[in-house]
Amino acid sequence: MAEIQGGGGEGGKKGGKVRSKKTSTRIDMTPMVDLAFLLLTFFVLTSTLSKPQTMEITMPEKPKENDKQPEVNEKKVLTLVLGANDKVYWYVGITEPEAKRVDFSKDGIRKVLIEKKAEIRDLIVLIKAMDESKYRNMVDIMDEITITGIQRFAIVDITPADKEIVKEVR
Amino acid sequence: MSKVKMHRSSPSIDMTPMVDLAFLLVTFFMLTATAKPDEPVEVSIPSSVSEMPIPERDMIVITISKDNKVFFTVDGQTTRAKMLEEVGKQYNVTFSPEETHDFAVLTSFGIPIQTLKQFLDLGREERKEIPQPGIPVDSLNNQLKDWVLQARLANPKVRIAIKGDADSTYPVLKKVINTLLDRKVNRFNLITGDEQLPPEMKAAINASKKPA
Repeated sequence: MAEIQGGGGEGGKKGGKVRSKKTSTRIDMTPMVDLAFLLLTFFVLTSTLSKPQTMEITMPEKPKENDKQPEVNEKKVLTLVLGANDKVYWYVGITEPEAKRVDFSKDGIRKVLIEKKAEIRDLIVLIKAMDESKYRNMVDIMDEITITGIQRFAIVDITPADKEIVKEVR
Repeated sequence: MSKVKMHRSSPSIDMTPMVDLAFLLVTFFMLTATAKPDEPVEVSIPSSVSEMPIPERDMIVITISKDNKVFFTVDGQTTRAKMLEEVGKQYNVTFSPEETHDFAVLTSFGIPIQTLKQFLDLGREERKEIPQPGIPVDSLNNQLKDWVLQARLANPKVRIAIKGDADSTYPVLKKVINTLLDRKVNRFNLITGDEQLPPEMKAAINASKKPA
């Protein structure tokens, strides 16, 4: 209530005229306040406060038939395989690599990326997602790439050979 | 004596400042608010450290739901109307002006073009209750690529964003990305939520960005 009459019982005994004179300058704001808060609640509940962010990725064009693929030194290639249940497998090189399993925690894949970045010059990271991996894993791994500041990385389709390498770790 | 005096004046509270504040907030929220568009599926987006704000206009949003269905939307009513007409032509489906209007004000949809007409003929409320099967993205029957093409023809400025549910699996994302690559769209956005980074990491990222 906008205004609560002081000393209710006492006021009742007095004449109506006196009372009305006393309150005449005051407006009862209650309906307005009600409305204001109703609107306020409505807008607070319907508005989306945190705007989603976006992550821009640029994929290479699909290679044409005659295109030559650039050759890279296999020792500079770090392959990350995104597996099921939020697991990441990583290995360096292509011929008979030794794969290891880590997770997405701070001491998991991030540590590996930081170590390898310091160890290998011009490191190239290949991200290969298995069919069971989740979209979340993809975003997470790209986050880690951004955090560790790795410049060269690519999202590549997984090959049966990769699956074999990873299978042994499990 | 003083007791009586105080008793009389104290219960009446001056509400003006509160009302001022309330209306200030109302005005603020009214001006900043953008109403939540009602989407056919609820999508919980993964969080990332990216801080790029999402453009508000001229966006194609391809939504991937939790159960790996694909939904499509683009903003702008004229864009949508034009796009519908062109895609309809391609699949030999014609839409009446009412259906076109209904489509133009629709949000995300995940209906194959063949059944889109029946869907648009339904009432507003009925539409919400019908489970949408998602837009076909298989290599044999890829309607997403037609929608993307026509949306870009109708509004050349559009940018493409993928809004995937955190729990959607990779093969669907791959299909969507391959569809985009087939259409020579090499640059697109992934919509993600906020994630706070430790400050020292932030500094490191900024430092690494400079030379690039």
